[in-house]
Amino acid sequence: MHFPDQIPKLKNRRVHEVCGPAAVPYALMMASRAAGTIMFIDAAHSAERLHPAGAGCFVDISRLLVARGKSQADILWIAEEALRSRCVPVVIARLPESVDLTAGRRLQLAAEAGRSLGLFLIRDGEGSNTAETRWHCTQVNTAPDRPLDSTLFQWTCIKNKTGTTGTWTVHWNAETHHINCLAPTGGGSLSQTAAG
Amino acid sequence: MDHYLRQRPVEGPFALTFSEKNAQRIYDLNEAAEWAGLTQGLSFADARALCPDLASDLADPVSDLRFLNMLARWAERYCPIVSTDGANGLLLDITGTAHLFGGEDDLVSDLLARLDRAGLSARLGMADTIGAAWAVARFACDAHKSYGRRQTGIIVDPGDSVSALANLPVMALRIDPQTSNSLRRLGLSTIHDLQQVPPATLARRFGSTLLTQMDLALGQAMEPVTPRRTEPRFAARITLPEPIGLADDVLGIAGKLMQQVCDRLEAAHKGARRLRLTAQRVDSDNQTTEIGLARPMRDPKRMTRLFAHAVEKMDAGFGIERMWLEAIETEPLNLTQQSHIDRKNRESEALADLLSRVGNRVGFENVQRYLPAESHIPEKSFVIAAAAYSEPAGDWPVSKRRPLMIFPPEPITGRDRMPPQHFRWRNMRFSIAHSEGPERIQPEWWLDDPDWRSGLRDYWRVQTHQGRRLWLFHTPKVSHLHVTTWFVQGEFA
Repeated sequence: MHFPDQIPKLKNRRVHEVCGPAAVPYALMMASRAAGTIMFIDAAHSAERLHPAGAGCFVDISRLLVARGKSQADILWIAEEALRSRCVPVVIARLPESVDLTAGRRLQLAAEAGRSLGLFLIRDGEGSNTAETRWHCTQVNTAPDRPLDSTLFQWTCIKNKTGTTGTWTVHWNAETHHINCLAPTGGGSLSQTAAG
Repeated sequence: MDHYLRQRPVEGPFALTFSEKNAQRIYDLNEAAEWAGLTQGLSFADARALCPDLASDLADPVSDLRFLNMLARWAERYCPIVSTDGANGLLLDITGTAHLFGGEDDLVSDLLARLDRAGLSARLGMADTIGAAWAVARFACDAHKSYGRRQTGIIVDPGDSVSALANLPVMALRIDPQTSNSLRRLGLSTIHDLQQVPPATLARRFGSTLLTQMDLALGQAMEPVTPRRTEPRFAARITLPEPIGLADDVLGIAGKLMQQVCDRLEAAHKGARRLRLTAQRVDSDNQTTEIGLARPMRDPKRMTRLFAHAVEKMDAGFGIERMWLEAIETEPLNLTQQSHIDRKNRESEALADLLSRVGNRVGFENVQRYLPAESHIPEKSFVIAAAAYSEPAGDWPVSKRRPLMIFPPEPITGRDRMPPQHFRWRNMRFSIAHSEGPERIQPEWWLDDPDWRSGLRDYWRVQTHQGRRLWLFHTPKVSHLHVTTWFVQGEFA
């Protein structure tokens, strides 16, 4: 799978935070870059579910485990256990509340101990200082002449402990699973500068 | 009754009640209550009127039956063939084992003395046939010899069944109350009376069951004791010299018990799926915890670790002095080579451990996996199964025409056949830049699904100017005015 060089890669053994309306597809795209089980943790009361036919475009559904926690404490507990277990390389958790410093640090240590990648989907404007990076992801309106299949996203790195921040418009190809970065100045012209 | 009173002794009249047809009735009662004139089956309100200071509690037939089974297991010390009989009886076939205890009389007195020590009242009958023993144990009250405070027994000598049964009521033949009432109404109140009537007459009037029961009781037909099905039990227990209270100590003891249970499981080629740990405190209160396992296993260390969370929550009170551990659900598990080099095997074991840990905390039904299902209805094209009880399924139909996230339909304003150009959804304004559709989906008419009562749906994939890509549908068959016919059901990536 192709990944553009100019976008900072997510460090493994760290917990990252994602917010915005396109946070779930971003997390699944990052998860598909690793091999092994993916644990998706959600609140038990949440009515939104991943639809396997649609989510299957991003990850292999048979790799996916869904855990549902009744409270924020349960979700964090499951996330920590999964991160630490060394058998779940990617843990995606949708958090209903914000994470405090202690919990954030704890999860960071768990990811380090379990050599796994944590992706926490948070609400806009929240987030803990312990996160390695924080991303804001939105869908972008495709130009009218393009079919709906060309999926454009805008990824903004709001925070990065060890690298640069910035905004990128990316195109995701459902067939090849390639992620291509559009020219920052292009402003909607869909010339795939970084194709290949 | 005794099972209850053993744990909670009561002074004065006491009854256990059960509810039948919206009425509380007496299930069982103690001696003091019997003296007060109460009987089994009396309605509880009447009983309270007869005996105002009657104490009561709800009956627990399931636990009584479990206790009876325990008693049957215990009774195997006297003979190999033991079976339970009804809700409160045990049948023992002591043929050929009585001499081991010094004869029939010594066996009976030994058995009843032990029951006395256990605080159980008992009535015992010994005879040639099951029918005769059943009858004399329950109905030959006068001939009983006392063996303890509340234990009586009667031994009918071989060949004496007929004379021993002669004066007993017809109920003693194990017949239904209706037949025995009819017999009594005809003036046939004892078994002796019944024997005077020609069998053909009885058969014509009451059917062959009555005659069969008579033959069984009087030894003219054979009836074997069907031994209980003995399921192998995987349990271990320990009585501690000193009460313990620290979680680590409890866990250490649990580990020892686990080792014994696992040895037994290994011998039977089984793995535990569910374990129950019971700790009895000094004040004879039982603390019980159960753990489930994501896959059958018999590794004492890993299984003991799962108890850590539950043990911390246990209330040790003044200390725990006795512990049981039992594998209450087991599944076949073949012997396998334990490989510590095989990475894949190790990972799947670690995953099973994780599932067990998470499942025990949030419930096994909350750790899920998607499995494909045969349906063209989008929300039914998959089923969600508990991960611990299913295997991952590959081969998913992937479609870009299906959303990434799906949720229950949320109404938006709009009545036209085409998607509304502007709409509000979740308190946000959207305008449509581009839409693709319709994709018509018919309900499954052979299933009555309340969500699909509104008939067929036209699905549209919509790209909004604001960026988000939504999955809208329209129900053209709904024709009421003032009813919205547009809904959002999903969101694309």
